[in-house]
Amino acid sequence: MLKLRDLHVYYGGIHALKGISMDVPEGAIITLIGANGAGKSTTLRAITGLVKARRGSIELKGKNITGRPSHYIVRSGVAMVPEGRKIFRNLTVRENLMMGAYPRQDNAGIQQDLEWVTTLFPRLKERFSQKGGTLSGGEQQMLAVGRALMSRPRLLCLDEPSLGLAPVLMHEVFRALTRIHEEGCTILLIEQNAKAALKLADYAYVLETGSITMEGPGPELLQNEAVRKAYLGE
Amino acid sequence: MTLETLIQQLMNGISLGSLYALIAIGYTMVYGILRLINFAHSDIFMVGAYFAFFFVAVFHLPWAVSAILAVVLTAAVGMIVDRAAYRPVRNAPRISALITAVGVSFFLENLGLVTVGARPKAFQRPDVMSKVVPIGPAAVSGVSIWVPILSLALLALLLFIVHRTKVGMAMRSVSTDIETTRLMGVDVDRVISYTFAIGSALAAAGGIMWACKYPQINPLMGIYPGWKAFTAAVVGGIGNITGAMIGGFLIGLVEIMTVAVLPGLSGYRDGIIFTLLLVFLLIRPTGILGEPLKEKV
Repeated sequence: MLKLRDLHVYYGGIHALKGISMDVPEGAIITLIGANGAGKSTTLRAITGLVKARRGSIELKGKNITGRPSHYIVRSGVAMVPEGRKIFRNLTVRENLMMGAYPRQDNAGIQQDLEWVTTLFPRLKERFSQKGGTLSGGEQQMLAVGRALMSRPRLLCLDEPSLGLAPVLMHEVFRALTRIHEEGCTILLIEQNAKAALKLADYAYVLETGSITMEGPGPELLQNEAVRKAYLGE
Repeated sequence: MTLETLIQQLMNGISLGSLYALIAIGYTMVYGILRLINFAHSDIFMVGAYFAFFFVAVFHLPWAVSAILAVVLTAAVGMIVDRAAYRPVRNAPRISALITAVGVSFFLENLGLVTVGARPKAFQRPDVMSKVVPIGPAAVSGVSIWVPILSLALLALLLFIVHRTKVGMAMRSVSTDIETTRLMGVDVDRVISYTFAIGSALAAAGGIMWACKYPQINPLMGIYPGWKAFTAAVVGGIGNITGAMIGGFLIGLVEIMTVAVLPGLSGYRDGIIFTLLLVFLLIRPTGILGEPLKEKV
């Protein structure tokens, strides 16, 4: 589905990604863990075209998408739940969801997916005509996930979806992710809650100051001594 | 003041105000999306009036056709200005875009001086605009009736586009968060281009109606109406479309009414409006409807 090869990203003079290579196979759940500032968000921003890679390549479904504009990449089947939710505060909940479906023309399909998203997150239905900015943090997170799903993505990228959520809501979001995955969507997940992420993931990459230092199947890394020390607080 | 002059002056103020409102929309929409004061907007207004002038006086097209063609062409000019001047500096510091806007303004004004000359041209307005209509005891010119009606229709159309269509939804989302809008698969540059088209079309409609009200046009005719419409946008709360409408009507009424009530001050009518701008900038810089500014991260 997605292949990164030797990806380098700079912010001004800062070398944020120092040659990242990773694979996200079709139908998998891949997770990226690492400390703050390790380059996790930058990786997702590079994939979605929000920052340009200086070197290296990004391949989506066999097509080179390096340097393409975000709207092109999103229209090719990638959706992102950005860090900090970034819902449109001045748009209603319904409009936020419709923004997710912006490139689509199939009105019947959009209606169907609107139904689907509101069965995943029934709370959103109750808030349909409320402004996005009036929602609670957890509701905003559900809206951000729902909005991303409205584009019918083949690859869903999530940047810290559980950040700042109460445990109950966090479980709700993770349950939804499992369901989305069961419906055939590939998932690339960044989480600061490494334990929950590794449990869910088929394969995981550990990122440290812009480089991948470790990788392996999720359950394996969960047992790994170094990972347990650094990211699971043991 | 007699009831007769009161009605006349009120209609006068409303029609002037509705023109300010039309122009103010262009300032406020571009500011809402790009945080850019588009100084060239007042000259786009002038371009619209000239297009209509040429279609009527030179090509002898029917009035309605000329006006529509002029609005469409001016919308295209607005899109070209965005594409040629503003898009290249989109990621540059904001001050660069601002200076570019001043440059585009001078360019259009001087292009006008070179191509059509500095001498004012007499604008042939349609008969309905000059006909005098009785309202109660007062006799009001057709301009003062038709201008507000047409303007309100255009403003209603604008509100419909912004709040009920897909591209309008994208305009609202771009104004909150450009980056996240990109993540929705929206071609943001295209949305910005449409925004310029709509703002310029309204400015053209304003310019044409302005020329009907004051039927002499020259390449610098946009400057004062532009500044006052900008004042209206700030007073209403820049970035806020409804605010720009309210601000426009308010500025028009204040301008006409101060002169009507205190004829001795008529020489100061521009000064009064700009004083109002300063007062708002000092006391309530976010305007009547503006929310407290939150710097975008």
